[in-house]
Amino acid sequence: MATHLVSILNGLAMGSLLFAIALGLSLVFGMMDVLNLAHGAVYLVGAYVAVALVSDTGGVAAFVLAVLAAAVAGALLGGLLAALTRVTAYHLDQALLTLGVGLVVAEVLALAFGTDVHSVTAPAPVDGGVTVLGETYPVYRLLVIGFGVVLAVAVYVLVERSPLGSVIRATVADRAMVAALGVNTGRVLVGVFAAGAGLAAVGGVLAAPILGAQPGLDEKVLLLALVVVVIGGLGSVRGALLGAVLIGQVQALGTALLPEYASFLVFAAMAVVLLLRPTGLLPARTAVHG
Amino acid sequence: MTAIRATEAGGAGMDVPAGAPGPAAPPGGGAGDDERGQGRRRAVLAVVVVALLAAAPLVLNPYPVSAMTRMLAFAVLVLGVDLLTGITGLPSLGQAAYFGVGAYTAVLVGVHLTADATAQVAAALVMGLVAAAVTGWVAVRARGIVFLMLTLAIGESVHQVADTWSAVGGSNGLAGMPPISLFGGPSLIAAGFVHWWVLAVAVAVFAAVALVVRSPYGRTLRGIRDNEARMRALGYRPALARYGVFCLAGAVAGVGGALWAQQARFVSPGDMGFEVAALALLSVVIGGPGSLWGPCLGAALVLLVRDNLSASIGGHGPLVLGAVFIAVVLLLPRGLAGVTASLRRRRGDTTHRAPVRRRKENSS
Repeated sequence: MATHLVSILNGLAMGSLLFAIALGLSLVFGMMDVLNLAHGAVYLVGAYVAVALVSDTGGVAAFVLAVLAAAVAGALLGGLLAALTRVTAYHLDQALLTLGVGLVVAEVLALAFGTDVHSVTAPAPVDGGVTVLGETYPVYRLLVIGFGVVLAVAVYVLVERSPLGSVIRATVADRAMVAALGVNTGRVLVGVFAAGAGLAAVGGVLAAPILGAQPGLDEKVLLLALVVVVIGGLGSVRGALLGAVLIGQVQALGTALLPEYASFLVFAAMAVVLLLRPTGLLPARTAVHG
Repeated sequence: MTAIRATEAGGAGMDVPAGAPGPAAPPGGGAGDDERGQGRRRAVLAVVVVALLAAAPLVLNPYPVSAMTRMLAFAVLVLGVDLLTGITGLPSLGQAAYFGVGAYTAVLVGVHLTADATAQVAAALVMGLVAAAVTGWVAVRARGIVFLMLTLAIGESVHQVADTWSAVGGSNGLAGMPPISLFGGPSLIAAGFVHWWVLAVAVAVFAAVALVVRSPYGRTLRGIRDNEARMRALGYRPALARYGVFCLAGAVAGVGGALWAQQARFVSPGDMGFEVAALALLSVVIGGPGSLWGPCLGAALVLLVRDNLSASIGGHGPLVLGAVFIAVVLLLPRGLAGVTASLRRRRGDTTHRAPVRRRKENSS
């Protein structure tokens, strides 16, 4: 049981990170119809910001600085992507544009940091372990789980309970109608794109002490985020949360129990969910996307 | 879908002959005689191209010949992607999975069963079809960008299975495939013989795909692409037709994978990753979705860039490719086929035409 507890906690930590990453992907997709294939590369930018700024001694200040720097870098990249994808109204072109940006960003990172696997030290005060039900568990991962909870509550309040949130949700449902009401939807869209990308980059920093940073991680993360978004329901905050928790568990338990097939289990989970609920578990209540 | 977008999609069916349905019917239009003359010119051109490809091993060194063989195998995969993306309007980023299934099948058959090339290709065709049939139903219920997303997820999942499954060599891949032979003959070791075999199969696949595209089924697929609601109202079953073309595209990709593996006599997860799927889609977009010859040319260009240009600038392939992706979207909106079509228009037709371009598809 105790070993399963470790897996479950690992799954929750993974789920927290996936939520942070998938949220932006889901909202941008729901609002703008843009599938941001550079999202994984934005995550990787965050991971390498952590590699560059966090020293081996594990200073807290350096880690906080890395989080802030990644948020800014991610938001700038998101703003750039928002501007770029508005060049064309065609889905396929937008997908190819973001794919191209993702490839360039990932390659620039590989040029700057090499192709080695980089590991990042967690901040010294939380680098140790703590005993949970007789098992030693890293404090840092518990903090990541806590971050996920805080993020979920904050986003829930912002999106579901604030005036800005109602504009965002309405834009997901019917952009033309919101624009007709006098809202500058362009600004809302760019804002959400930048915020989502910033969050993905922050996810990269927070994940760095667990997953490290290496070329190719962008694709893996993009895939997991896509599956989370599909399972959860497009454009839905609660869906992204539920999908992230679910996929986090499937990944962690799959890695622990059936390591060879862990990646296949993620896809199987997606297939099962889509078989039962073609629109995802919790599609945005106002969503127009099937 | 919002009302506004639905109107756009409805309008698209009426004024947009998106992409040439086949080599004989360019979107530029023109008098009937002109079209027939063009068809004849194209037939002559096709014979010349195939003859040049067949003559290549007689004059070129083995290295460029095997590079051309790889391009032909890749072009077969791209034809499968074009069936989905160009003809049916379903942009796929997962076809590399079935390409990989075909390649692994060919190598496994080659190592364990027979060196006969036809048996390997037949096995790869069946396995590509089966793999597409098993995984495809998840994707075909979606349209547009959601379809892209789901095919990406399927493709990456299959890729990661190949990458971690030790029975098929894991990340090391499968080596030790004996040279292929034909009809009980001697092993085809020389690059030229392999090239001729791959060329023959590629031409056969091209002809088969062209037949499908011009058949009533092909018209159904284009009808679904342009206006699905209307096709459903007319009594067609778009979901079934989409599933059918997905399986067909999987079989075509499987054949391409077998050819790829027969040339290289080796397969690794790198042959079926995200990058391969993205390159195949890029080939279709560069070539012009819906045209058949354009994407084949696109396949050759893309592999040329990947294998030569990126090597000559120190292995920074992805950097070049990323820039190519961005440039293609910004500079070549309808691909090479679109460029020639607009040149033809400029020569013949003086009236101003709106850019012939498929509207944003209905992504419900």
